[in-house]
Amino acid sequence: MEFKDKQSIYLQIADYICEQILLGKWPPNERIPSVRDLGGMLEVNPNTIMRTYDFLQNKEIIFNKRGIGYSVSEDAQQRILLYKKERFLESELPEVFKTLYLLNITMDEVETLYKQFVVDTFPLNN
Amino acid sequence: MIHLDRVTFGYSKKKKLFEDLSLHLESGHIYGLLGTNGAGKSSLLRNMVGLLFPQTGKIHVGGYEPKKRLPAFLQDVFFLPEEIYLPSVTIRKYLEIMAPFYPKFDEAQFENYISQMDLPAGNKLTDMSYGQRKKFLIAFALSTNTKVLIMDEPTNGLDIPSKSQFRKLVSTSLDKNRLILISTHQVRDLDNLIDSIIILENSKILIQHSLDTVAEKLCFGTLASIDYDSRVLYSEPSIKGYKAVFENSDLEESRVDLEYLFNAVLENPERIKQIFSKN
Repeated sequence: MEFKDKQSIYLQIADYICEQILLGKWPPNERIPSVRDLGGMLEVNPNTIMRTYDFLQNKEIIFNKRGIGYSVSEDAQQRILLYKKERFLESELPEVFKTLYLLNITMDEVETLYKQFVVDTFPLNN
Repeated sequence: MIHLDRVTFGYSKKKKLFEDLSLHLESGHIYGLLGTNGAGKSSLLRNMVGLLFPQTGKIHVGGYEPKKRLPAFLQDVFFLPEEIYLPSVTIRKYLEIMAPFYPKFDEAQFENYISQMDLPAGNKLTDMSYGQRKKFLIAFALSTNTKVLIMDEPTNGLDIPSKSQFRKLVSTSLDKNRLILISTHQVRDLDNLIDSIIILENSKILIQHSLDTVAEKLCFGTLASIDYDSRVLYSEPSIKGYKAVFENSDLEESRVDLEYLFNAVLENPERIKQIFSKN
């Protein structure tokens, strides 16, 4: 796995796990790799993986059954979308806002462009 | 697990390599020991395993004093030196002679490592390349399952795939009862593998913290400008401005860059100390 420069590793691993779940590679109620196995696979300290698992457990994306290990929650997909949305609104959107403000781009302009983008990119859904 | 209490050491009475050094390391962690060449990393490690003795102060490792070199201490500690000397025997013979010293040595585990590393089991150790010998000794070290595993520059001489393999093996061999301490000046080799860092410089420990704490206190990222920014501890010009280490004032969690951290600590030891002592 190629790690990006900026974001802390435990969150990057959280993203990786979320992606596996969203792609259906790790289905609901099924076990995910143990802390040790994932650590070995990604060449990362097991304490870092533990931190990722704790984090995802708090978000109720995965759950821990004593003696069995970690599994994907039934409603993991929705919870991941919720978490991703929260993170986008908190950290990425302010950056976009800043650029919009600096370049004097109005909300009307953005709205028009956004609508056009949706039509062009996802024609089947609309 | 490893406790150093006001330890002073030097190769002569007058010239001290480190003075009044205290350090507490716990099991369940992989520590990275960093320092410039000649800072005394290897000497510090050798003090911990009883190969050198402190002039003053106390060292305790797993409840034992290393300098007494008691068998009960030695069977639960493995030290992998930077320069290795191996006898002219086969792997088989080496195991026969050396493994009995370590009661928790696991032969199946060792065989597994050896096959993963593609080492020729029938060859004499002296007929192997330097990198192969180093890999062999790393496999042996991990298989002893000692509570304390100390490795001095273990990735020196390893090729690129072997370095990655090294990280995999070390990561999977950590458990809550084991302490792994690795010294290096090639910090990139240990990226993501260590969870705590110790920087030794000018006869002092400049910092000893978990990387989680480091990420809490310091931010690693790019700044458009570093002028008048008092938070900046270290910076290097880059394409998008300055790659910098700065005080973490927004509670943002960035990825710790060990190389930048090292430079920041060496350049601004006092400020670092101040930042880390704040709650």
